[in-house]
Amino acid sequence: MTPESARRDWPLWEVFVRPRRGLSHGHVGSLHAPDATMAVRNARDVYTRRGEGVSIWVVPSAAITASSPDEKDAFFDPAADKVYRHPTFYEIPDEVQHL
Amino acid sequence: MTAARTMPALARYALALGDDALVLAQRCGEWVTHAPQLEEDVALANIGLDLLGQARSLLTYAGQVEGLGRSEDDLAYLRQERDFLNVQLVELENGDFAVSMARLLLFSSYQRELYRRLGNSRDATLAGVAAKAVKEVAYHRDHATEWVLRLRDGTPESSRRMQAGLDTVWPYVDELFTSASRHGVWPDPALVADGVAVDPASLREPALGYVRSLLARPA
Repeated sequence: MTPESARRDWPLWEVFVRPRRGLSHGHVGSLHAPDATMAVRNARDVYTRRGEGVSIWVVPSAAITASSPDEKDAFFDPAADKVYRHPTFYEIPDEVQHL
Repeated sequence: MTAARTMPALARYALALGDDALVLAQRCGEWVTHAPQLEEDVALANIGLDLLGQARSLLTYAGQVEGLGRSEDDLAYLRQERDFLNVQLVELENGDFAVSMARLLLFSSYQRELYRRLGNSRDATLAGVAAKAVKEVAYHRDHATEWVLRLRDGTPESSRRMQAGLDTVWPYVDELFTSASRHGVWPDPALVADGVAVDPASLREPALGYVRSLLARPA
């Protein structure tokens, strides 16, 4: 097996890391791995080696359904001019974090 | 340069453990940009840096105990090759990726049992280094475990090369558990009796038991 074909055989995984308790997992990047177990290990080495996380999720990239760039206008532009949808008219107490 | 065999027993003990970690750290570093995948480059660099961190603590301590003013750098860079006390296993050429994974599996299995016990050493510095390192080497063993299983159970080619890797390193495994290696008797029996050092022979069964049960695991 040549290195090129080996590379093609390894699927791509999307990596999500939870930076600390109380926060959600956030997407941090992607990597190649032969299976889910190795993907978690690779993610640990690539994305959490400076103490970035307490939990890792990996998802096969092929399992993600994405919105299409062609639909961008219909999807997102209508939200741009509806300022009343933004809850910016309230005072947020100092104690509330990560909002 | 003072020959290692005239060093105080405690310094010689720490130096030998540090030399093992130092040499394997360099071998891991050699994989960077050559591993089968970019992700594996990073993993082996991490493992190498863990080992380098252990080596720094142990060489620094060896220099302090020796009392001749030698620093970690003096010990790492300014010794003749014959003064190094590492086992031959860590020194072997990286070879095929499967050879490196076989070596990492056996050495990390040994190191995990070593550091677990050394965490209870009556020497506070050695106990401290071991308590931190045991978590690192548990991950090294896990990494090697996952690779050995995948190569063993992958294709006929990967299986053949994994077996060849184990065959290559196997003759060097015995030295890990032998007291009469490392340029003379090591560790000093008095250090073992005092609860400072770990008797390498006591690590043989738990370390090799892990490897044997892993290799016996059905595909």
